[in-house]
Amino acid sequence: MLTDLTIHELAGLFRRKAATPTQAAREYLDRIAALDPKVKAYLTVTGEAALARAAEADARFQAGAPLSPLDGVPLGLKDVLCTRGVRTTCGSKILESFVPPYDATVTRRLKAAGIVILGKTNMDEFAMGSSTENSGFFTTRNPWDLSRVPGGSSGGSAAAVAADLAAATLGTDTGGSIRQPAAFCGNVGLKPTYGRVSRYGLVAFASSLDQIGPFTKDVEDAALMLQAIAGHDPKDSTSATVPVPDYAAGLGRGVEGLRVGIPAEYFIDGLDPEVESAVRAAIEILRGLGAKTESVSLPHTEYGLAAYYLIGPAEASSNLARYDGVKYGLRVPGSRDLIDMYSRTRGAGFGAEVKRRVMLGTYALSAGYHDAYYGKAQRVRTLVQRDFQHAFERVDVIVAPTTPSVAFKVGEKADPLSMYLNDVFTIPVNLAGLPGVSVPAGFTRAGLPIGVQVIGKAFDEETVLRTAKAYETATEWRKRKPELAA
Amino acid sequence: MPEPKITMQEVEQVARLARLALSDAEKESMRRELDGILSYIDKLRALDTEGVPPTSHAVPMTNVMREDEPVPSLPQADMLANAPERSGEFFRVPKIIEE
Repeated sequence: MLTDLTIHELAGLFRRKAATPTQAAREYLDRIAALDPKVKAYLTVTGEAALARAAEADARFQAGAPLSPLDGVPLGLKDVLCTRGVRTTCGSKILESFVPPYDATVTRRLKAAGIVILGKTNMDEFAMGSSTENSGFFTTRNPWDLSRVPGGSSGGSAAAVAADLAAATLGTDTGGSIRQPAAFCGNVGLKPTYGRVSRYGLVAFASSLDQIGPFTKDVEDAALMLQAIAGHDPKDSTSATVPVPDYAAGLGRGVEGLRVGIPAEYFIDGLDPEVESAVRAAIEILRGLGAKTESVSLPHTEYGLAAYYLIGPAEASSNLARYDGVKYGLRVPGSRDLIDMYSRTRGAGFGAEVKRRVMLGTYALSAGYHDAYYGKAQRVRTLVQRDFQHAFERVDVIVAPTTPSVAFKVGEKADPLSMYLNDVFTIPVNLAGLPGVSVPAGFTRAGLPIGVQVIGKAFDEETVLRTAKAYETATEWRKRKPELAA
Repeated sequence: MPEPKITMQEVEQVARLARLALSDAEKESMRRELDGILSYIDKLRALDTEGVPPTSHAVPMTNVMREDEPVPSLPQADMLANAPERSGEFFRVPKIIEE
């Protein structure tokens, strides 16, 4: 089955003319039709457009002139990334019928590389959540256990890759929204350095934290995807002008002599013992491959979460002010004046978690509280950043659990704070703007995936990916697939 | 019972600032949930941040400039296409100014 394959395996078949992009697209669309009613990874499937683009890719391979290593590869995009002419909802009722007039830069770059878009994946509304239960439409299911969540906010993207409903997908990560669902669904999820990938056309949640990255079936595919989307974009002034290296080139160099830091603060009470033993085993494997491990301290880790839940909502309350029923999206009719129209539209269009964060952010920024909350959080952000700077004076990468637990049951975390605590190991990386990847590190006795996180220095995705690749090569977790019967 | 971090009156005031119409039931659960979250966030007070500069952005950058070259904008019709209500080439909104 073509749907089992990684991007690089599929691309090899296309080049050797052993398969065509149309065959791959058809297999994926058939599998989506059969299995997505159970998994619910997609909000929108664009079958006709996918087949049309696949036919164009067929012709390029026929002529021996593919556009890139991704040409003809079927992908899914998180529904927070603008796609010209294709509905982009952000998982929100307020944007249920929004059709973007332009492509996000990542969409444009992937199209230029020849990829085939299968559809748009489900997510927590405006990327606020860790389970997809905050989607305005439905909850995506974890392919390893349909009674459990896939993680979030990019849960649809993670579940699609895990269930072989896309060769790879894009997600976004503001506080862990790529790495956490990748850990829950057993795939590779890469959050690049802040500024590595243009955010133009990514519908904003928290602009100083948001970053786009791939979900893939292995580390090599993550390198290929990052290659296609990385680099400066004049349309995003926060995108970096740092040169983009050849990410696939250095992947196989191994970890001999690499200095790996193990942060004591990530092995705490509340860490699931099965997760801990899998992560400790992963560290042993890296050591066996020649890496030098040492203990490092990130003393402000426990404060990162609290700072994030002020900074993220503060930025969100400002960014989401644009949903006012004027230029696009929902408008509640019959209002007596403009402000009444704004308030009723937002009251009807936003879900509970989005309202909560808009309220929290507005409160933290309001007169009398600004310094005590928002100002304080920004100072704590500096301390979190300094923790990493100090650690990276001594080590090349940091290895830690991605999440304190494995995928939880749908409906299990009804209290918002208990949901937030799930992101305790991913959030500091966003506050510091660093790259991080979650890689499969085994399974619990109950058969649920566990993720190990590799964190690197700013703009050093090469070393992060090289470490992940060395570990992946020494293990066979990737070969296990969830059992899904139609 | 510890003093609540946020009162019902404050919830109503913040909802007004945020332009969010909330039902009475929503206001009550909002007050309770924000209270819990703010109590958790209170742990930040234990940290001495005297003399620590604030960080607003992970990557320090200021005033990113580009060449002032005119480029085409998106077509007006495309930008109006998603409007809930319009009038000719304008977005139409409820009356703003009292007669």
